[in-house]
Order: sequence, then C-alpha cells, then structure tokens
Amino acid sequence: MTTTPTNDKLIEVRDLRTYFYLYEGVVKAVDGVSFEIRQGRSLGVIGESGCGKSVTAQSIMRIAPEPPAKHVGGEILLHLGRDGNGEVVDMLKLDPHGDRIRALRWKEIAMIFQEPMTSFSPLFTIGNQIGEAIQLHLPGLSKKQVRERTIDLLGRVGIPQPKRLIDAYPHQLSGGMRQRAMIAMALSCNPRLLIADEPTTALDVTIEAQILELIATLQQEFNMALMYISHDLAVVSEMSDEIMVMYLGSVMEQAETGEIFNNPLHPYTQALWRSIPRIEGGQDRLVPISGTLPSPYNLPKGCPFYTRCEHRMPGICDAARPPMIEVSPNHKVSCFLYKQE
Amino acid sequence: MSVQTSVQMNDPAQPMTSATSLLEIKNLRKWFPVQRGFFKRTVGYVKAVDGVSLVIQPGETLGVVGESGSGKTTLGRCVLRLYELTDGEIWLRDGERMLPVHELEGKELRAFRRNAQMIFQDPYSSLNPRMNVLETVGEPLLVNNVAKGKELEDRVTEVILQVGLRVEHLRRFPHSFSGGQRQRIGIARALVVRPKLVVADEPVSALDVSIQAQILNLLKDLQAEYRLTYIFITHAMSVVRYMADRIAVMYAGKLVEVADKESLLTHPRHPYTEALLAAVPRTTSGRNVKRVVSVGEVPDLANLPSGCVFHPRCKYAVERCKVEEPELRELDGQLVKCHLAEQLTLRGIGPSPNGAGKG
Repeated sequence: MTTTPTNDKLIEVRDLRTYFYLYEGVVKAVDGVSFEIRQGRSLGVIGESGCGKSVTAQSIMRIAPEPPAKHVGGEILLHLGRDGNGEVVDMLKLDPHGDRIRALRWKEIAMIFQEPMTSFSPLFTIGNQIGEAIQLHLPGLSKKQVRERTIDLLGRVGIPQPKRLIDAYPHQLSGGMRQRAMIAMALSCNPRLLIADEPTTALDVTIEAQILELIATLQQEFNMALMYISHDLAVVSEMSDEIMVMYLGSVMEQAETGEIFNNPLHPYTQALWRSIPRIEGGQDRLVPISGTLPSPYNLPKGCPFYTRCEHRMPGICDAARPPMIEVSPNHKVSCFLYKQE
Repeated sequence: MSVQTSVQMNDPAQPMTSATSLLEIKNLRKWFPVQRGFFKRTVGYVKAVDGVSLVIQPGETLGVVGESGSGKTTLGRCVLRLYELTDGEIWLRDGERMLPVHELEGKELRAFRRNAQMIFQDPYSSLNPRMNVLETVGEPLLVNNVAKGKELEDRVTEVILQVGLRVEHLRRFPHSFSGGQRQRIGIARALVVRPKLVVADEPVSALDVSIQAQILNLLKDLQAEYRLTYIFITHAMSVVRYMADRIAVMYAGKLVEVADKESLLTHPRHPYTEALLAAVPRTTSGRNVKRVVSVGEVPDLANLPSGCVFHPRCKYAVERCKVEEPELRELDGQLVKCHLAEQLTLRGIGPSPNGAGKG
C-alpha cells in the first residue's frame, strides 16, 4: 500500500447500468452494479455466461460496443494520481473515442482477454505491437529505447529469448506464449489496474498455472490492482482478495475470498457452490441449480434469482429488488433473507 | 457406482487373461503422416497415440486425462474405429467371445457401432441443424436397421424422456434448444441403440458451470440404470474426480500412469501426474500459495524427445531418462511409466478437506 487506507480508492463503480438495445428487445446486461477496488488489491468476479461480468469490465474500459450497448445510468469514478488525492474522472462521461480516454486506457487501466490470438493483429510482429502501445502512451522515447523496453517486458513475462521473439508474429507463438505477450503489452505502460477477462480459459491446465502465477507475481511487482473475471471458482479464489458473485446483471454477494467459500449467504452462491465438482472431492452427488435461466429480455421484477431460488418468499422477493446489505464487515449480500446488523 | 475400482489390471503386454473385461486395447498406434511438397511426400509422422494398452471392465468409468495434444481424443476415436488404426488391436466382448474390432469391415463394423457410441464435446456443431430431434435421435436406429416407423418413434420417445427432455420437443430443431438441452439430445442419440460402451469426449466442457452438474448426474444415472461402461475423456481434473472409477493419464500420445481414482489422486507415481495435479487451482488454497508449477510446454508430436517423453519438463529427470524410454509397469497395483517410480515420493491431492479459506 502506498497511502493511508481511507484514501486508497482506485476505482468506484456506482449503480452501473449497461443495457443492450437489440431488435428483439432490451437486454439489461448490467443492471445496477456497485463495487470499488482499492489500490494494489484484487477483486474476483464470478458468474455464469450472460451474468454481465464481461460487460462490466468492458464498461469500465468503455469498449462495450455502443450501439447496441448504452450506459443508461451510474458512474465509474477513476481516482487519478498514485497518492489517491488526484483528480477523479467519471469514465462514463468521456467520449469513448476521444483523446482523454485513450490517455487513460492502457496507462491507468489495461485489460487482457480470453483469446490472445484475436487480440493481436496477425500482420505485425508482437514487438511492433507492444512498441506501438509504448510509443503512444510514453512519447519522447527513441526507437531504440522502445525496443529495449519491449525486450525487457517480454523477458519479465517469461518469454524465452526475448531478443529473438520480439520479431515473431503472433501465429509463431503457442497459446501460452501469446498470453504472456498479451500480458507484456498490458503492462507496457505500468497500469494501476489490470482487468483480466478469463485469460486462461483457452489454455491447458499446466500452462494456466504458469500464467496465474505470472499475473500474481507481476501484480505485486508493479503494485497493481487486479480485477479477475472467470467462471472458474478455483481460479478466482487463487487470484482474489475479495470475490463478487454476479447473476443476470446484478451483484448477488460480495465478501473476502475465505469468507465467501466458508460462509456463503446468498441462495445463489450456495447453489453454485454445491453444483460444481471440486478437485478436493468429498462430493457424493452434485446438486444442480433447479430451473433454467429466465429470458434476458424479460427478467423477473424482483430478485433475479427468484424463479430458481429454493428459499423464495412469494410477495416479498418477486415484488422488489432486495437491497445490498452489509451483514458483517465486508460481507455484503442482496437477499431478503438477511437483515442489516 | 461400480465396484471395479479394486480390479487389478492385467499386464497389458500379455494376451487377454481376464474373463470379465469388456474392452481390451493392445498396443494401439495412430500416426498421422506429415506430408510436404508437390508430391505430398511423407516426411514424418505425428504420433498422436503411440503404443497404448488398456483393459476396461464392464460398468466402470475410465477417465482419460491429459493436456491438449496428449492424444486422448484420438484414442477415443480409434476405439470406435472413427479413425483407421496405424497398428494395434481392439477387442470388445460380445457374449462369451471377444470381437476383433480392429479387423471389422462393412456390416460387422456397423453392428459393432450399435454396441459402442460416442458423445461429443460441442453440442452446437455436433447436431445437424436441418434435422429435428426425432430424426436426429432416430437416425442410429434407422441406419442400423434396428427399428422404423412407429417402433422407432416409441423408442426415441422413451430415450428422450430418460435424458430429461419432453415429448413436445420431438419435432423441434436444434436451434431452439439451449446448450445443456442439446447435449441431452447428443446423449439420447448415443444411447438410443443401447450401447455397452460409450466414449464421452469432453461432454461438459462447452457447458456453463451450473449446467455441467445436470449433465454429469444424468450420465451417472444412465450408467447405473443400463450398466454402461464409459471412457470419459476430459482435461478437467475436478470433473474426472467426480465421474471416474479409474484414471488413465496420457502425455504426448503415451499412457504414463493408470490407477484407480483415489490412489492416483492421493499418491501419484508419475512426475507428470504430480505436475498435472499441482497445476489444478483449488478453492481451498487461497491467495499467494506458491504451487509447484511445471515448466515448459507439451512437446511437438512430430519430433518427440528421446528417452522418456516427459524428461525435458521433469524436475526429477536423471541421465537415464534422456536415453532410455521407460516401460509402463505395475507397481502396487498402479501402472506407471517411469524409471524412478520406486524412489520418488510424489505429492497428490489430500483426502477430502474440512474447511476452506485463506492462510
């Protein structure tokens, strides 16, 4: 930590609403999501496909496709300056194609994606593409300095023989190496927040372990905050200080990693935990979550999990959205079963 | 659950001695030629499966695990003769005698397919979008001359209900189903001919986490009901822990370890198994736990390292491993392909945990 705990907010998301206006109807991909990430800390975001975890990340970066996406409400406050006393920018108020956001992307917030092959252009060498990012955000460096910095970065992410592979094209690298190159590019301008959207899902388990270890080490080295998105419980638990569980565009529960695994409160979190096979074993039979996902065009009026919840209370849960309440310090849950302390 | 976990494996190099086995694979090889130049000259081979021997008992689930490129899918397809074998034998029990699957042609091969079916990974690309459920699931009955007309519809209806679909789904087309439902259609199609052996190739990898449990439970229930035998191919160790009775670990086209599930997970004998288990993220380990992460990547299958295929990545490797390829041999009931298996004490996954969390 570089500052006092009260002043180390890096990003605050308040009541974010990102809707997609499609021909078939409106999809409320993110519907009232609030959270904050402090400097140097890591937040894991977990949920099934369609729960809005990727759209939340894309909204922060302002790379959600607009249209059809539209940010209909909320704010995303980015606190500038390493001491936390700098200017505060609302990312949603910026022009997504403007100079200001281009200066913030990559330099303040960088993102790595699931499939590194599609994130790189196949026409340029990786050195060329990483160098371009450095030149754009850190002007004034000579070509030679940019190249040296790129080689240094490639070495730091564990690419063997960086002096040679800087001139490789993306297709010449394996999946794991491409993901390392992607991470090098994301770190090229010392961002304060790294958003990782399922960066290891396409990789084999031994390569995944290497990449997870790399991200965790670099997070410490660069003193970055991390927002780690995945559907894999175990991966998220290894990467995060805190975990946020999302379902159909809403946050169901948020707590510290150990707490949310030992003491899950929300019926959805509990059901999810019971339905997933674990390597540790001890499960005689998995318990699938009953029912199916409701249509995204027509979500339930109250709690989004109402239709599948085993503790649902008709007349209460389907009448209004349950508020997010803090049940114990740093453990928040959005469910009518719980009362504020 | 079957009781086959305690059944001892036969020495795979020997002819069949077990009177109960359902399937025996002997020294199976599948080499894909690498062709270069204008005349498509064969310049080498990708040894996708290279000398695999296995015995599978009726009613058991054999999990086959390994990284991509380890040959597990090729093995599964060879067993069903979806690929022509380069070399080796496959024997399937047919009553009292064993059927030489590797030699079957024409009519006999089709009859064999009634006994052995496959469930595919991707429920989106493995169904024909122009065929409705009745046609899709009924097709194996039709091409195998098992049933037609009213009888076919009855049998399809029966199996559809068993996999958790409804009668009104029969006339619908694949696009109107979710991923989990499509996988149910794929399972129904495999099971409608009442096979003995089912090869399931990553059947839940393309599905969402909450749907996976439904499909895994369905596969278990169907196994109990029809005494099915599964070859369950997956890269997910947690899924194999839930499903399998025995586990076979593949690396670069070869079996490196075969053992019953609990022994393999808690006391692996091969360094690759240890590395694979160490790589699996756990919900109980929490943050900042340093894991033993194996270095390097899977070797090029057209250009394998000398000696033991795993030696370039193995932290225990000695000089002998670089020159001499170890045999797959039995050690306390586990089959292991490592020179050092007796000397090494390897770390597996502990028995079932109590409590989780950080620190």
